[in-house]
Amino acid sequence: MSTTATDLALRLERVSKIYKVGDDEVIALDHVDLTVGADEVIALVGPSGSGKTTLCSIAGGLLTATDGSVVVGGQDISRYSSKELTRFRRDSVGFVFQTVNLVPFLSARENLIVVDEIGPRTGRRARERADQLLGELGLAQRSGNVPAQLSGGERQRVAIGRALMNEPRLVLFDEPTSALDTQLGDQVVKLIRQEMKSRGTAAIIVTHDERITHYADRLARIVDGRISDPGYKGEDAHQPG
Amino acid sequence: MKLALRELWRRPGRFAVATAILALIALLLMVLGGLLDGLVAGSTGALRAQRGQLIVYSSTSQESLVRSHITPEVRKSVEGVAGVEKVAGIGSVQLGARVDGRGPRDLVPVVLFGYELAPKGLPEAVPPYGEAYADRTLQSEGITHGSTIHLGPARTPVRVIGFLSDSRYSGQGTLWGSLATWRAVLAANRPGERAGEGVDQALLVRVGAADISAQAAAIDRAAGGATKTLTIPQAIDALPGVSQQQTVFNQIIGITVVIALVVVGLFFALITVERIGLYGVLKAIGASSGILFAGVLLQALVVTLIASAIGVAASLLLAAVIPSGSIPFVATPSRLLSSTAYLLIAAALGCAFSLRRVLKVDPAAAIGGDQ
Repeated sequence: MSTTATDLALRLERVSKIYKVGDDEVIALDHVDLTVGADEVIALVGPSGSGKTTLCSIAGGLLTATDGSVVVGGQDISRYSSKELTRFRRDSVGFVFQTVNLVPFLSARENLIVVDEIGPRTGRRARERADQLLGELGLAQRSGNVPAQLSGGERQRVAIGRALMNEPRLVLFDEPTSALDTQLGDQVVKLIRQEMKSRGTAAIIVTHDERITHYADRLARIVDGRISDPGYKGEDAHQPG
Repeated sequence: MKLALRELWRRPGRFAVATAILALIALLLMVLGGLLDGLVAGSTGALRAQRGQLIVYSSTSQESLVRSHITPEVRKSVEGVAGVEKVAGIGSVQLGARVDGRGPRDLVPVVLFGYELAPKGLPEAVPPYGEAYADRTLQSEGITHGSTIHLGPARTPVRVIGFLSDSRYSGQGTLWGSLATWRAVLAANRPGERAGEGVDQALLVRVGAADISAQAAAIDRAAGGATKTLTIPQAIDALPGVSQQQTVFNQIIGITVVIALVVVGLFFALITVERIGLYGVLKAIGASSGILFAGVLLQALVVTLIASAIGVAASLLLAAVIPSGSIPFVATPSRLLSSTAYLLIAAALGCAFSLRRVLKVDPAAAIGGDQ
């Protein structure tokens, strides 16, 4: 099966990231190539300091690459200005953070709508979409509750809903199970896979948790800033390119 | 912006301390301004009430009514100046007044003005000899319509035939009678300062010319240097203590505004530091620094507006409960509005301390911990 550039959710070509620390340079990513298909779920694993978060941040427009090309959903964001990256993050990618990071004084529903409220467009459409997502995530009865009134799993589902509000091509998950027990972690990863597949949305899940890899289409292993193992998992997995 | 308003609405306790401190600062600002306005009003009402645009003192008077002395010859030369439409004499004397119902030594300090050109609030016709209008604040001293008061050591009787507002002078209530009444009271109680027939302390002048300063200069030239002519605002500024009062109070008010600025600045800088994690997440999902800072600014302005409203209410309450004539405090709409405006400007400037922090929040900090 061949996949064209516009079918890809993400294409990184020879991406490098070098941090300056005083007079020294730290190479966080070293000529990384990675492609993610339109509805692929990729588990990105590696030891601490290997460059997982940097890769994820570059793919999500939180950081700019020192070198190389970053194309997300057909948009080449490699040379985007800070303002363009802000708009890109608002409109084109979703994030689920390690500590969930919901706005504590907003209800579950408002935590979804906030994605629209920080941008130029707000209104009924956003409210309808928030209600629809909360219903699909099994949170319709909890939409008026603030995060402190929700369980860990419910908060994680709200965070997933928030990431899906702008109908992104790519959602980036940063250690989504690190704060959950084993059973809840399994449920959340199943939910992530189910939601991504049903929407045709791609996902990169940054994790230390090897169990998550069972739910991913592909495993990408990163060591010392290099993807050492493209990790094609099996015949039934979706392998672009 | 909605996010900022929701936080204010749902977490009012978080902003309660800042609101309370700012409300006290607002009250202080409004009380200081009200005291200044009250003091100035109590010192300058008689001059502000005048319908003339210029006041002509004798050149040696140092712009003081009691030291001024205008002869009939000087008056004639002023009347002859081109552009002068009306010239009217004015005189004053400060005395203690005995009021029926008060003890013989319980004197009410008053200033009796003799006038030809009626001040604002009085009919054009000058009262008959021995009668006068009184400033309304003297009602609190027991002076009523029709009551006869006795002025000075000679106990010269003057009958009160009505009242006018906002005409106090040098912090004292005023009486307004004819020049003949003034001359008689002055002669009886201050024989050394006696003013002969046709002699006035000063002249009030109405002119038709647009350039009032040029007209004042023309009057002084025509009088051959015997006069010093001032506009009414200049005459008010020349009153002893008025400009000093304004300078001192305005400096205190300025310092209070700076304190408000620092309070807002520190409070919202602290809140911004507390929110850095949240701002990182919001930036990561696409909020711009501008949107986040606008939220901080909006919160600061709303908090300041609520504090100002509390200050306004407290000032109005204070003005209502302070007995008339006891403390020179007035709560005018212009003072309350200008104090609120100063506080809002201080709040906006104070917020600028937070701008740098908001700009420096790195959205990448929201994600992960390793490189």
